[in-house]
Amino acid sequence: MSPSKEMQSKGVAPWIPFEWLVAIRFLREGKVQTLFIIGGVAIGVGVIVFMSALLMGLQANIVKRVLTGQAHIQLLPPKEVSRVLPTNTAGQQDNIIQVPPQRAKSIDQWQSLVAQIQALPEIKVVSPTVSGSALVVRGAASRAISLVGVEPDSYFQIVPMADKLVKGSASITVNDILIGTELAIDLGLSIGDKLRVSSANGNSNIFVVSGIFDLGNKVANGRTTMMSIRSAQSLLGLVGHVTSLDMTLHDVYAAEIVAQQIAKQTGIQADSWIKTNEQFFTAVNAQKTANTAIRVFVGLSVAFGIASVLVVSVVQKSREIGILRAMGITRGQIMRIFLMQGGLLGFGGSLVGSLLGFSGLALWQQLQKNPDGSVMFAITLEPSLFLSALVLASMTGLLASYAPALRAAKLDPVVAIRG
Amino acid sequence: MDNLTTSKQVVKLSQVCKSFNVGKANEIEILHSINLELSRGEFCAVVGPSGSGKSTLLNIIGLLDRPTQGQLAINGEETTTLLDQELTRLRGQAIGFVFQHHHLLSAFTALENVMIPMMGAMGHGTPEITKKAMRLLASVDLLKYCNQASGSLSGGQQQRVAVARALAMNPALLLADEPTGNLDTKSADAVFDLLRRVSREEGTAVLFVTHNPEMATRCDKTIQVIDGRII
Repeated sequence: MSPSKEMQSKGVAPWIPFEWLVAIRFLREGKVQTLFIIGGVAIGVGVIVFMSALLMGLQANIVKRVLTGQAHIQLLPPKEVSRVLPTNTAGQQDNIIQVPPQRAKSIDQWQSLVAQIQALPEIKVVSPTVSGSALVVRGAASRAISLVGVEPDSYFQIVPMADKLVKGSASITVNDILIGTELAIDLGLSIGDKLRVSSANGNSNIFVVSGIFDLGNKVANGRTTMMSIRSAQSLLGLVGHVTSLDMTLHDVYAAEIVAQQIAKQTGIQADSWIKTNEQFFTAVNAQKTANTAIRVFVGLSVAFGIASVLVVSVVQKSREIGILRAMGITRGQIMRIFLMQGGLLGFGGSLVGSLLGFSGLALWQQLQKNPDGSVMFAITLEPSLFLSALVLASMTGLLASYAPALRAAKLDPVVAIRG
Repeated sequence: MDNLTTSKQVVKLSQVCKSFNVGKANEIEILHSINLELSRGEFCAVVGPSGSGKSTLLNIIGLLDRPTQGQLAINGEETTTLLDQELTRLRGQAIGFVFQHHHLLSAFTALENVMIPMMGAMGHGTPEITKKAMRLLASVDLLKYCNQASGSLSGGQQQRVAVARALAMNPALLLADEPTGNLDTKSADAVFDLLRRVSREEGTAVLFVTHNPEMATRCDKTIQVIDGRII
């Protein structure tokens, strides 16, 4: 057999760096050991991928449910406060201070504020609203309602009413009113029926029911009504005025910071959804912290698993390391061989683990369903989660292999060959 | 040192001593004032009882260990002041090792084992490296086993692969530490003849440690190491 003929089919692919080749062969040689550690890393990464996607889906679902019915930030006119009288010579207050009742107030210069806020890069939509109490009467029946006057074009981008309608349409002209399902039942109303709405200041008007909505809350469905902002202004005696500016942001979690920024710039009270739903937000944060803690501990166990296997591998391969050193292989090359083994174990484990995690999620979505057969909540399988799992696990493998790799590089070749 | 001496002289040891546990109560000197010179193509047998310091001497000449005192030059390059990295470079370029046990890497085929020193120096494999490794395997009459796992070869075959591997970098010096010690007579003779041929044809200086007096007599010269001294 001539060497040239043999060469056509044998040898090592020239593009494989020497360290990669040795690292892969060492891993391949320790079959069971390699499979076990890849299995261990895969389980760890699988748990992280599964839990992260599940919790992210759950969190997104809850936040979506909370935020589809309300603005991310609401600008309100300042509360009316009593003027504090000067104290007497003894340092005591002469009068009892009574908190004044809060009448419906307008936000000053609201048009220029809308323009100013809309210019902020964090803001998605700003919509002025007028709200107040009113009474609806139909025949002998009457109900107290909360009246919200909105600009449909902008407000329905904040609260997507089209998604919440069970009957009719979300278009609001001057004489139209949208009512909740409970109010419709209580007053026996249907689409096209007429309804008298009276405000506390004596103004009254007749509206046509153009849509019936379900906000997912029985009380809200019995009280909330919506009409055009002009009709509401007229009814509530606030012509040309608005009682709040509602807005949504690109990043819902930045709401509190942006609210503080707006309050500082405008001097107007700005309430974020985070502040108004403080307990809920605390629960979301607690969930995030718990998830991070689980990820850190699983990551640590993966790192220690890889490190312990490589420490054993260095001991097992000490003679080979000595031989390689005798053949002129540098300490740096030896170190890279073991670092690569760590990185490859992390990468291989994360590849299998990601598949495990995604399979688990797919199975979970198949098994866990609402009574009506719909999925409990949508889980998005983000490619970024898959990529970050690969990168993080590979990095963890590299870091975990540093100490064993250093130990291998420092081996005295004479001692190593002697074994 | 003149150029002629530099080109011919492969190894020069001057007053080399080696002690272990230096500075401790149990300090022990293994090699005492060793002087040795080896020229290109010289085939030198090293004999002596076990524990006399033969392996330590080979480790020092092979730049795997450093002398406690004295000077060691390889190919005319003084090595006692070199950094570890420079020693590794010189070891890879100028010295080949054949051990009593073949010490082939079991994760690689016979061909790949021969390619390893060249790939290590180059950083990756090349068709030229494969070609040269196959030539070397052919020279030890093992080409037909080139793609066989090294562990599946017989003891004699493995030792011949180890010789081919030791010759991969065209070393000026080949250190063979009892390479025939674990072989039957026929295989031992084959390995000895192979080393002898390499020394003659390639001009490689060979230090051949053996307990076999008959083999020692077939070498160009014999040095006897007893109690850490060359007699």
